[in-house]
Amino acid sequence: MGIEARKIEDVGLRTGVSRLTPEKIQKAFKALMAGEGGARLKTYVETCVRCGMCAPACHYFLSHGDDPSYSPVGKVRQTMWELIRKDGRVDPEEIYGMAQVAYTECNLCRRCMHYCALGIDTAYIMTVVRRLCHKLGVTPQYMQDTAHSHSAVLNQMWVKDDEWIDTLQWQEEEARDEFPGIRIPLEKEGADFMYSVIAPEPKFRTQLIYQAAAIMHVAGVDWTMPATPGWDNSNLAMFSGDTEIMGRIERFHFEAAQRLRVKRIVMGECGHAFRAVYDTGNRWLGWKMSPVPVIHSVQFFWELLNEGKITIAKKFPGPVTVHDPCNVVRGRGLMDKLREVVAALCDDIVEMHPNREHNLCCCAGGGVINCGPPFKNVRIAGNKAKADQLAATGVKTVVAPCHNCHGGLDDIIHHFKLGMELKFLGDIIYECMERPED
Amino acid sequence: MRQIYEFAVGPLAWAAFAVFILGSAWRFYSMYTLARKKDGPFLSYMSWKFSLRSIAHWLTPFGSLGWRENADVTIVTFIFHLCLIGLPILALGHVVLLDRYQGIEYWFLPEGAADIMTLAVMACCLYFAVRRLTNVTVRYVGSVRDFGVLALAFAPFCTGFLAYHQIGPPLAMTTLHVLSGELMLMAIPFTRLSHMIFGLFARAYVGSEFGGVRHAKDW
Repeated sequence: MGIEARKIEDVGLRTGVSRLTPEKIQKAFKALMAGEGGARLKTYVETCVRCGMCAPACHYFLSHGDDPSYSPVGKVRQTMWELIRKDGRVDPEEIYGMAQVAYTECNLCRRCMHYCALGIDTAYIMTVVRRLCHKLGVTPQYMQDTAHSHSAVLNQMWVKDDEWIDTLQWQEEEARDEFPGIRIPLEKEGADFMYSVIAPEPKFRTQLIYQAAAIMHVAGVDWTMPATPGWDNSNLAMFSGDTEIMGRIERFHFEAAQRLRVKRIVMGECGHAFRAVYDTGNRWLGWKMSPVPVIHSVQFFWELLNEGKITIAKKFPGPVTVHDPCNVVRGRGLMDKLREVVAALCDDIVEMHPNREHNLCCCAGGGVINCGPPFKNVRIAGNKAKADQLAATGVKTVVAPCHNCHGGLDDIIHHFKLGMELKFLGDIIYECMERPED
Repeated sequence: MRQIYEFAVGPLAWAAFAVFILGSAWRFYSMYTLARKKDGPFLSYMSWKFSLRSIAHWLTPFGSLGWRENADVTIVTFIFHLCLIGLPILALGHVVLLDRYQGIEYWFLPEGAADIMTLAVMACCLYFAVRRLTNVTVRYVGSVRDFGVLALAFAPFCTGFLAYHQIGPPLAMTTLHVLSGELMLMAIPFTRLSHMIFGLFARAYVGSEFGGVRHAKDW
């Protein structure tokens, strides 16, 4: 029982620990505690009464036959408590295990906060462990690659500046067959809003940009996208523990919007990106709330439907179920708007249980899916609980307004042979909206 | 023995209350100072409204998902804490002592009720101890220290029960009761019992962040 019995080889973690000694680890740990380890960490570690009430909160715990080493408190025991107990003087191999726990066995979904009477934020403790691992150079290879990409080109997928613009123009041209007057307005100063997406969209999910442009066109909104870095709203450095790069990405994102003098930022259907922009990046940059108003697509679509800018020509054939992504529901309270949008699109909604703020995680977020193929089976095995939850709805369509959720749910749907298909809200709106005659 | 007793209910009691009150104040002040120094941005989210909203839900039995899904723990935890806090304040013996030494007089619990509550605390302690040994998660994360903290809470109630029922030498038992109570009081700021001080604030912070920033409930 415990991480030592389930180590997975990862070249990033292995190379990282090969350069460490207990002395180096202790030095880094002490520096981290002296600099960043504040009252929150101290309070959380001191006040935990080891009651174990948080265990059933975690999908890993539920999916692994109640193995306590997968419980939230079990993960803290294997990482932060151990570091504090030994004052940071741990073996490199122990750091390997701690990194694997923090990066691949916790999605930072914060469901366990609904279980802890003392308000202990296990996700925060895991981010501190990740921060230490980052400072020690012990990060999963795939995740580190995305952080490098953010660092070098300010997007997650090594998309070059001209490729970004070319992709938008390509999608605009494609869409002109269907909507002759359509534009994807680049660099339009003073537009109502800047639309930002995650880098996987131009890289391999270009149809989502196409669909978004189609919806904007039909709705007749005044929008723009930046032609410069800052267009990618994703942020994997936030999850790797590279807070400096995390902040730099967010600064570029906000400054792109400020340069374009837009009134607000509308973000695509991504959860972690929303967390980075709305909840994390702004704080690092010294803003209590984001310096430019930010809304997620769920809210944007809700506004379009409520203001009558989009009308639904035909209902999507149900039944469908709704997955509440942690970062826009526990992170932004959009559960009601999400349901109102889905209800406008489809008459037959079957709720999964638990739902809303209590929903089970997709097991992809928090950077876990970004740790790549070596850990794919960890998150699939770790989310049997979600597969059971989905299967219990008996429906064939899952609406999930989050990229990471799509990735995680898609994998469990295939692995557990659930025979379900996944939809973004944009997919359904694009399919069902009333289109102009042009 | 009489001298020890007099010392325990006299100077030592003052010392115990001083350690408890000043220790708690110092722990709280130093934690707040640390928060101001290192967690300033996070303190700015604190909100009375959302703090109290969250605390109210968590002070309601079965008022949160965590309480609902751990029903047995919930029942025992609420009984335990109600009795643990209520009994020392409202037990007849304590009210009499306060009256004699400080001239403070107020309502006290009927003796039968106090007796039942004492038994309830001991039964709850027993439940927690058994759970520490049998629940896989609790066993995985627990240590001897946890039993120590449990013993700290158990001792004053056990000795109080024995003293009240005149089991064992009455004066010695009463003295042990006073001493163990004082030990628990003094331990609160410096052991895991400090969740009495910090738990509310951690919950208040989470409540503030969820309410004010995330617009979602945290219970």
